[in-house]
Amino acid sequence: MAAPLTVVLIVAVTVRACLFRSSLADLIAERVEVVSPLNAWKRVVEGLALLDLGVSPYSGDVFHETPLIIYLFHFLVDYAEITFMVSSLSSHIVLYCLLLSLIVTSCCLFVDRYLLNPFTVLSCVAKSTCGLNNAIVALFILSTIKKNALLSAIFLALSTYQSIYPVTLCAPAVLYLLQRQYIPVNVRWASFWWFLLQYAFMYLGSLFVIICLSFFLLGSWDYLPSVYGFILSVPDLTPNIGLFWYFFAEMFEHFRLFFLCVFQINVFFYTIPLSIKLKEHPVFLIFMQLAVISIFKSYPTVGDIALYMSFLPVWSHLHRFLRNIFLVSCVLLACSALFPVLWHLWIYSGSANSNFYYAITLLFNVAQILLVSDYFYAFLRREHHLTYGLYLKRKDGSEATLVLK
Amino acid sequence: MAARRNIPVGLLFILCSLTFLIATNTHETTSTSEHPDKAVNLPEKSTETGGQTTEQPAVEERQWEPTEFQEETVNDAAAEKQDATPPETTTTSAGAHPKDDFQEELVIRPLQSGDVYASFQFRTLWETDFMKGNKVSHYRLFPKSLGQVISKFSVRELHISFTQGYWRTMQWGQPFMPSPPGAELWVWFQDSVTDVDGTWKELTNVLSGIFCASLNFIDSTNTVQPSASFKPLGIGNVTDHRFLRYATLPREIVCTENLTPWKKLLPCGSKAGLAVLMKSEKLFHSSFHSQAVHIRPVCQDSECTTTSWELRQTLNVVFDLHTSGQGKREWSLFKMFSRTLTEACPLASSSKIYIDITDNPQGEQFELTPATHLLSQAVVLGDRRTFSVYDLTEANTFGSMRSLNLKTRPKSGGYIHYQPSKDRVRPHLLEMLVQLPPNSVTEVTVQFERALLKWTEYTPDPNHGFYVGSSVISALVPSMVAMDTNNTKERPLFSSFFPCKEESSYFVRIYTEPLLVNLPTPDFSMPYNVICLTCTVVAVGYGSLYNLLTRSFQIEEPNPRLAKRIANVIRRLRGVPPLA
Repeated sequence: MAAPLTVVLIVAVTVRACLFRSSLADLIAERVEVVSPLNAWKRVVEGLALLDLGVSPYSGDVFHETPLIIYLFHFLVDYAEITFMVSSLSSHIVLYCLLLSLIVTSCCLFVDRYLLNPFTVLSCVAKSTCGLNNAIVALFILSTIKKNALLSAIFLALSTYQSIYPVTLCAPAVLYLLQRQYIPVNVRWASFWWFLLQYAFMYLGSLFVIICLSFFLLGSWDYLPSVYGFILSVPDLTPNIGLFWYFFAEMFEHFRLFFLCVFQINVFFYTIPLSIKLKEHPVFLIFMQLAVISIFKSYPTVGDIALYMSFLPVWSHLHRFLRNIFLVSCVLLACSALFPVLWHLWIYSGSANSNFYYAITLLFNVAQILLVSDYFYAFLRREHHLTYGLYLKRKDGSEATLVLK
Repeated sequence: MAARRNIPVGLLFILCSLTFLIATNTHETTSTSEHPDKAVNLPEKSTETGGQTTEQPAVEERQWEPTEFQEETVNDAAAEKQDATPPETTTTSAGAHPKDDFQEELVIRPLQSGDVYASFQFRTLWETDFMKGNKVSHYRLFPKSLGQVISKFSVRELHISFTQGYWRTMQWGQPFMPSPPGAELWVWFQDSVTDVDGTWKELTNVLSGIFCASLNFIDSTNTVQPSASFKPLGIGNVTDHRFLRYATLPREIVCTENLTPWKKLLPCGSKAGLAVLMKSEKLFHSSFHSQAVHIRPVCQDSECTTTSWELRQTLNVVFDLHTSGQGKREWSLFKMFSRTLTEACPLASSSKIYIDITDNPQGEQFELTPATHLLSQAVVLGDRRTFSVYDLTEANTFGSMRSLNLKTRPKSGGYIHYQPSKDRVRPHLLEMLVQLPPNSVTEVTVQFERALLKWTEYTPDPNHGFYVGSSVISALVPSMVAMDTNNTKERPLFSSFFPCKEESSYFVRIYTEPLLVNLPTPDFSMPYNVICLTCTVVAVGYGSLYNLLTRSFQIEEPNPRLAKRIANVIRRLRGVPPLA
């Protein structure tokens, strides 16, 4: 087990080091699919420069990172490449430990999917702070799996502090910890409420501490509208691989607020129904939540996609029930190839227009939705077969087909 | 009965006589405060108005001699000049009105590239105080619209310019009055203004009406408060930059519509004096056209015991002789302006034309006709230049040698003031204090990213691009000739605009070209389509997850035959159990 891990790490470090040293690094750092206004490295540098100049980094509209990131990179700006590589490697190691404890079968050949995933490589080489976010989410999941409620709450608070959406991961974490402590998820049980209260207290307490720390670091609350107001109100319409940018570029002013609320609620909306359906399977719930966040968040990048895709090996046993996997993988590959082509045609050649890039965005997101719902279908089907047997027969003895009704 | 009828008639008669008496009294007193435009329609009328001043018991008779003008002679360069016997100018007695004074001048400089640079300046000085409580209502030479603007908005200094074209410094040298392409407005407000932004907004709208320009597009997205540059050019050592506002509209186009109200602000309008030459069909057929209005308080004497308000209206034009079909380098006032000068503005205390003959000291390059022996030397932009003067009113002599005096300049530390922009609220402002080493090239680069805007935020011609205003370089340049630091001394207008604080350097302001940036545009015809398609994708996600969450797996029963199905439907309606 260790040998393949070391090999993978060495290969990954080599690949990243080569790319950092080549001229591709600048090219990748500018790609809109890899960086977004929230996590671009150029903006971190700009924010640090503004801080040195004595101007608040949040006085303009360029910098949207949290104050803790400023102070982290205040000391590490010269070692940025090493920082991102380390965070990438550490997330991989964390995921590796995670997957080892989660994988049902002994098929561990695909545990290296995170590090060697081209999306992750691109995200790391571009020095997008998405890598740091992914590392924190991975640590959160690991601490949850290891039944450490305090660490889990702290990492979740850090992750929520970075971008608001991981707050929906509270539900699977609580469900998993309840499950491990053999507390049934029943509103009538006092221990259920007691544990919920404990976790909520730990989570909210650490969140409060982190926010107050940020206030004292910079001495003002400027960062709240700049970071969270920016994530929620989507003023910047830079193209990316998500659905928000073109929608709000072409939105009628009268309906802008309405659709903004609809789209933001859409991210948080699936938490409760999914939690109710999957309360016995919190790990799959984590995967579903991560996927929903990555698809429907306001500024998605390929780094977010890499995170939930790295969980797919855990459910390699579902492959026999997947229906659309070929279509989905073809569409994802084709779209990934077409993104830079159509961007070039739109911006540089001028022979295409924004609709081309937008169409590929739509297709990419449809493919992701199809992938996620396909895995969900396969999971539910497998659960059904676990209960009722694999080969089902109809009343007259012929082979039956299962449908959703 | 008759008595009763007589009483109303008598009352009526008394009333009529009273009104007649009152009317004659007011007619005499208001004749002196008539609007100057109306007062000077024709020379004959001005005689009458001048004669009706109550302060002068004797009516002045002014004889207007017929002006003789020479035909243009074909020479290498010819200037046309009217020999007009200068009429006696109207003198205003100090009496009840504050002293006001109007001067006009025109400077013509032939440029190296063969173009001709003509610069008009009209200056009105008025010893009054707009800021005190008493409302100023007797306007004579100073235009009422601008006076009201100053007092209503508590303006300390106002500088507005409209420019078409870009000044080619390499070919033409330095202009007397630099200005960026488009419209530029910068204003210093008085300390008494509490809401500067609100006042600024109202001021831009009022100026928009006065100058028939779309200055109402000035809002917080293109207004800045520079902290280091654009110090007041008049008196006042204010350092609080909260009262300074600067805005520029590079897209603004200048046309006859803007020239006409500008000309109306002059005391003589465009009927007499040098303003007669300003006809739009020739003025706009030029390589560069810039008109500006500058209002500032100035000192009347060196001790600054009295201050007066100075209004300068300037018009800079560069004519390209080659496009106007002139092969040889010859020009005349008629050829340039398609008008001839008839007489000076009677309300002007001085009306002069300066021709720059520095490049032609011995007369070898061009010849001026009619010749004049009046010469003047002035130091402008750090260079001593010689001008031949044509005085349309009466002759004056200028000039005397200045003594050279060197002074060391204090070193300034590097200062950078940067205010980043907020989308849809305010623009970027970058101010840097740089010391440029000699014989070197300094480059300032700024990295930028293009943004996609909402579809309603694009102009109707989005593929033209967006303009970024000119950068401004304000510099103190070492002068080869000693400059005169006494700003109240009588000097030609073109050399007295920028106040001079040191003898060894002069102030120069340079504007760069504006930048035209192409931004990516969304497809403007697609709002419905985009909303439908994106909502479809979201609905696909919602639909799949909804199906998987609310439905469960069941074994599928095969569909019965059609006949059986219809029979089952009928049986269900009857309430009978269906077939198997």
